[in-house]
Amino acid sequence: MSGWRALDQFLQTDPQDVGCDQAMEILDLYVDAVIRQGADATERRYPGVAAHLRACGPCGEDYAGLLAAVS
Amino acid sequence: MSLAGSTAAGVSRRDPLDAESREWLRCLAGTGRDAPSAAEREHALARLHQLLLRAAHAELRRRSHPVRIEGRERDDLAHQAADDALLAITGKLDRFRGDSRFTTWAYKFVIFEVSAKLGRHYWRNPPVQVGGDAWERIPDRFGADPAQYAESRELAGALRRAVTEALSERQRRVFVAIIVDGIPLDALAAELGSTRNAIYKTMFDARRKIRAHLVAHGYLHDEEPRKS
Repeated sequence: MSGWRALDQFLQTDPQDVGCDQAMEILDLYVDAVIRQGADATERRYPGVAAHLRACGPCGEDYAGLLAAVS
Repeated sequence: MSLAGSTAAGVSRRDPLDAESREWLRCLAGTGRDAPSAAEREHALARLHQLLLRAAHAELRRRSHPVRIEGRERDDLAHQAADDALLAITGKLDRFRGDSRFTTWAYKFVIFEVSAKLGRHYWRNPPVQVGGDAWERIPDRFGADPAQYAESRELAGALRRAVTEALSERQRRVFVAIIVDGIPLDALAAELGSTRNAIYKTMFDARRKIRAHLVAHGYLHDEEPRKS
């Protein structure tokens, strides 16, 4: 991947992105859904949260940490 | 940013409450016929603290970037995170709606405590900044080929102009701190007395404005990423 392509990817924003507060509010529910139904089904059910977790490094870390804690 | 997918309307209640979650609630907050004995409650609190402490240790081990924390320092942080999480959980038991398992809900508190404490901890021993102009290292951050010197210079120059010309002072400060100086978002939020959500929103708007500026000046295409 070229530098321009990576920069463009970083600059792209998803209008569905719900932001940190809303994503973290239901992170426990989201993680339980991933465990019960799988990541793909959960992303389809909560696209705004999924978009946020892809774009936000700190929230993505919290998601990975919570998933590891309950797995 | 939209509200799609995460408002109350988008959240389905996980019902009925599983037996383990029900027992946690009874032992920690039961009343009337369900009230726990003092010994039961103490035992439940000790067990929950043990779970939180174990999760805090595991999370601190998992997060080694950007500053590795080990030994007694990690023990202290883990205990602080578990203690504060337990306090928050017992103070918010009435907010547990049963949308998730009780333990998942409880672990969320300790994961958040670890994040917040790492953000503040960053400033106790921040990484040594490499000398020179940090903007010159921007192409590396985006994986530009060092052999393509002209492209790297063009990328850094265009991005720097966009940051200078398109962003507000606040957006510029946040963008430069995170992307150019490499300060973690949570650490910056702690430093500025702000929140993760507010800093993320600032970055979200900054990313949109920078991209629009780069498109307007022909560096990026409106929809598709530029091909090199």
